[in-house]
Amino acid sequence: MTITEGVRSGTDDAGRTDFASGPWQDSIDLRDFIQRNYTPYLGDSSFLVGATARTTGIWAKLSEMFPEERRKGVYDVDATTPSSITAHAPGYIDQANEVIVGLQTDAPLKRAIMPFGGWRMVATSLETYGYPVSPELEKVFTDYRKTHNTAVFDVYPPGVRRARNSHLITGLPDAYGRGRIIGDYRRVALYGVDALITGKKNDRAELDMEPSTEDIIRAREENSEQIRALKELIQMAASYGSDISKPATTAREAVQWLYFAYLGAVKEQNGAAMSFGRNAAFLDTYIERELVAGTLTEEGAQELIDDLVIKLRIVRFLRTPEYDEIFAGDPTWVTESLAGIGEDGRPLVTKTTFRFLQTLYNIGAAPEPNLTVLWSDALPEGFKRFCAQVSIDTSAIQFESDEIIRAEMGDDAAIACCVSPMRVGKQMQFFGARVNAVKALLYSINGGKDEVSGKQVAPATTPNADEVLSYDTVFPAYLETLEWLAETYVTALNCIHYMHDKYAYERLEMALHDKEIIRTMACGIAGLSVVADSLSAIKYATVRPVRDETGLVVDYTIEGEFPQFGNDDDRVDTIAVDVMERFMKMIRKHPTYRDAIHTQSILTITSNVVYGKATGNTPDGRRKGESFAPGANPMNGRDTHGMLASALSVAKLPYSEAQDGISLTNTVVPSGLGHTKEEQITSLVGLIDAFTSATGYHINVNVLNRDTLEDAMAHPENYPQLTIRVSGYAVNFVRLTREQQMDVISRTFHSH
Amino acid sequence: MPAVNLGLPSAGAAIALVDGSSVSSEQAELAELHHLEMEAIHNGSVASVHSWELVTAVDGPGTRMTLFLSGCLLRCQYCHNPDTWKMKDGLLTTLDDLVARVKRYKGVFDSTGGGLTISGGEPLMQPAFVTRLFEECHKLGVHTTLDTSGFLGKSASDTLLDNLDLVLLDVKSGIPETYKEVTGRDLAPTIAFGDRLSERNIPVWARFVLVPGLTDAVDNVDAVAEIVSRWPNVQRVEVLPFHQMGEDKWDRLNIPYPLHGSHPPDEALLVRVRAQFEARGLTVF
Repeated sequence: MTITEGVRSGTDDAGRTDFASGPWQDSIDLRDFIQRNYTPYLGDSSFLVGATARTTGIWAKLSEMFPEERRKGVYDVDATTPSSITAHAPGYIDQANEVIVGLQTDAPLKRAIMPFGGWRMVATSLETYGYPVSPELEKVFTDYRKTHNTAVFDVYPPGVRRARNSHLITGLPDAYGRGRIIGDYRRVALYGVDALITGKKNDRAELDMEPSTEDIIRAREENSEQIRALKELIQMAASYGSDISKPATTAREAVQWLYFAYLGAVKEQNGAAMSFGRNAAFLDTYIERELVAGTLTEEGAQELIDDLVIKLRIVRFLRTPEYDEIFAGDPTWVTESLAGIGEDGRPLVTKTTFRFLQTLYNIGAAPEPNLTVLWSDALPEGFKRFCAQVSIDTSAIQFESDEIIRAEMGDDAAIACCVSPMRVGKQMQFFGARVNAVKALLYSINGGKDEVSGKQVAPATTPNADEVLSYDTVFPAYLETLEWLAETYVTALNCIHYMHDKYAYERLEMALHDKEIIRTMACGIAGLSVVADSLSAIKYATVRPVRDETGLVVDYTIEGEFPQFGNDDDRVDTIAVDVMERFMKMIRKHPTYRDAIHTQSILTITSNVVYGKATGNTPDGRRKGESFAPGANPMNGRDTHGMLASALSVAKLPYSEAQDGISLTNTVVPSGLGHTKEEQITSLVGLIDAFTSATGYHINVNVLNRDTLEDAMAHPENYPQLTIRVSGYAVNFVRLTREQQMDVISRTFHSH
Repeated sequence: MPAVNLGLPSAGAAIALVDGSSVSSEQAELAELHHLEMEAIHNGSVASVHSWELVTAVDGPGTRMTLFLSGCLLRCQYCHNPDTWKMKDGLLTTLDDLVARVKRYKGVFDSTGGGLTISGGEPLMQPAFVTRLFEECHKLGVHTTLDTSGFLGKSASDTLLDNLDLVLLDVKSGIPETYKEVTGRDLAPTIAFGDRLSERNIPVWARFVLVPGLTDAVDNVDAVAEIVSRWPNVQRVEVLPFHQMGEDKWDRLNIPYPLHGSHPPDEALLVRVRAQFEARGLTVF
């Protein structure tokens, strides 16, 4: 597409020099714009400033509302207005003082209903929180308008239903929005919406020339929906007094336009993860231009980011308690990817990258936005040290390997949700939750029967009849079960995403994508460390199955020692790698909807608790109901050779076979990093360098004492902002269920 | 004794001993094993190892592989690793296996400014092994640290010291009688070893475990500070507050725990003791 208008030449009225010209002016190319215009910052954090009175005033107002929200579960709900980009009147926290405006509904913390994903989710949520369920809406979304949820269950085959009911596959986005799609919200600021509509119309003209096959018809309908959404976005911004049909001309406008675009997405989609993208360097170009011209101060620049981040912190969705079990603590995954190194070797670190991190001081620690540092040992020292400092002080940020992500996707990729990388505006994923790889192992021993219910779930095979389990018998049987599981799993995901596109299409997010995009089918595994340890026990110790009166294996006795995942011990770590590689191969055998590229993640969110709850005794000695380790973590307490040895085991899992990401969460007590703050910072920088240099992909670091968490359980009122990282995201500790809090407390706290 | 399998590709069931000879765990060779074991430990090709760990911010700078050797002649009342007292309880591990693991973490050491720390137990119970492993470390460019009470300082050869970058020297008390009460042994060898390190200008981090009612007397702390301040090569003093986390190990080993019911030092005591060291111009943590 051609874009000929906008801020293009000379200097503007305020005396700002213009942006450097380039191909970004001829077609949508955010990367080109950033590369030509951003100013890398190589210094330290000393330039940063605190919050303005205006910022702290707004935050104080919200902070007064949080206790009530925590107590009731939700602060308020608009129970009668199905949300859309334009459904709600403008809303404000403190209109006179907000620098950046816009709320999902007409009031802060008031949640909207989004019934297109599924009516039951809406109705159950409303009932849970004591709001009336509108009979008219119920009729509309059950009798007149089919939802995604209804449609998926129209097409699920029985095998999928069985696997789902027995908790072999859970967390599937078949009753709620799939999320994990990042609109390139920067486009609205750089080009203005009119230019984007023009671009989409040009795309449409091309589509109109193609023969009307099923794919092309779908693409045309999606294109129409996208254009409609863009027009509504202009209307929504206009209701707040902004004309975003044209490009942003100032730093404030750039932040505001960007936020409006994101706001449009979260007004309409209750996606499991509604991530923000990679915006800091982009915004910095506008901010830096005004700082240089002297029309903006550092206080003003920080205020813009602080105010934006306040808005991102109060994104809310209406969800059910069952949903919270899988995704604990009301997360929204407003993930912002920071830093990284450009393909030309310049760091993508700007002063605004620092400013995003500074919000954790200015308005306190918080789980959202999910600030994610794309880490490389080549990042400037001052930035690395500031990241480590923020991590030690707040436990609110996570780190992912920039080297791995850049090699795969270039330097304009961002993380969706926790660990899923994608090229911004050029790639999306079909979110697929995860399978319970531990249960599958137990099924293979029991001939396809569930170890808890005794029901036949997987196809019947010969149950294991040995007195002592042999690796050579158990492993091939496990592979057979996994083959069936892979097929069932891809079937489920194909059904889900076909229907999601049809009934709950993300029209605005996709309007902020290119016409041709890469799609991935994001599968996942839970319980990998339990599987590895179980197989290791069978291989290196003597494991005897214990059968009940029906012959079902319900427990195991173990004699002797066996190597355990998380100690940098190749004997067991290779088992984990083998299982993961084989399962990926099995997944790849099955064709996907829209030819999506098969990927998988080793990530659990917080479902490690519910998965564990539904799974019987395992051959590694784990007891029935006990939580799995989160993500790719070693089982709690079994990683006895130090935090880094534990991380190095995880680093062996090859990213090429888990391109949707591998999650590791570690907790270390502050004194475990050194005597002084300076020492602690140096240690943490070194640890992250060492981990990523060893091809580690992702690490959450909590720097906490167990006592702090125990005290927070006893006195939650004293810890409203205590933030901890779980599996790929952060949560307010006090918003977790007691069970989840206990899970966090029982994890390994490395003392050095 | 079974071999420690370090999970390295080279690790096998047989224990590689001197110059390529090896010993399997078969019954027929058991009688011979004891003799060969002792010989291997003496020449340093094998060590009795308790465990290893990758640690940060303790046991020296950066992230370190800390190797805990088995065997100690001291019986400190506050010992938090009584399971490392007896050499026979350790697992025989070859030098080659440990060198391979050090190599594996070379990148980690480079990233973090870390290295290898040999601790215990008392590493100087197996001085030939320590010497050889440190020599190998220096060939690889890996920083070396020895964590010792100094009681067996005489056993440390000049070659060992030539390959030593830092010593964590425990000065467990400054008054000989108190030292004996705390450890069951004499203070003098530790001082002699400290003097020797000082002459060679090998950097030392001195350590003092503060146990209320046992090591906290003003004159005892002063005596430690006096000893330590004589050595210009002491870069820092670490005052380690006693903790009760070792008690369950004593219980498991069925050894009566002398400090049952003792409390960690309070903040006021820590401040006082640190100030005593600081008063002599020492850097204290």
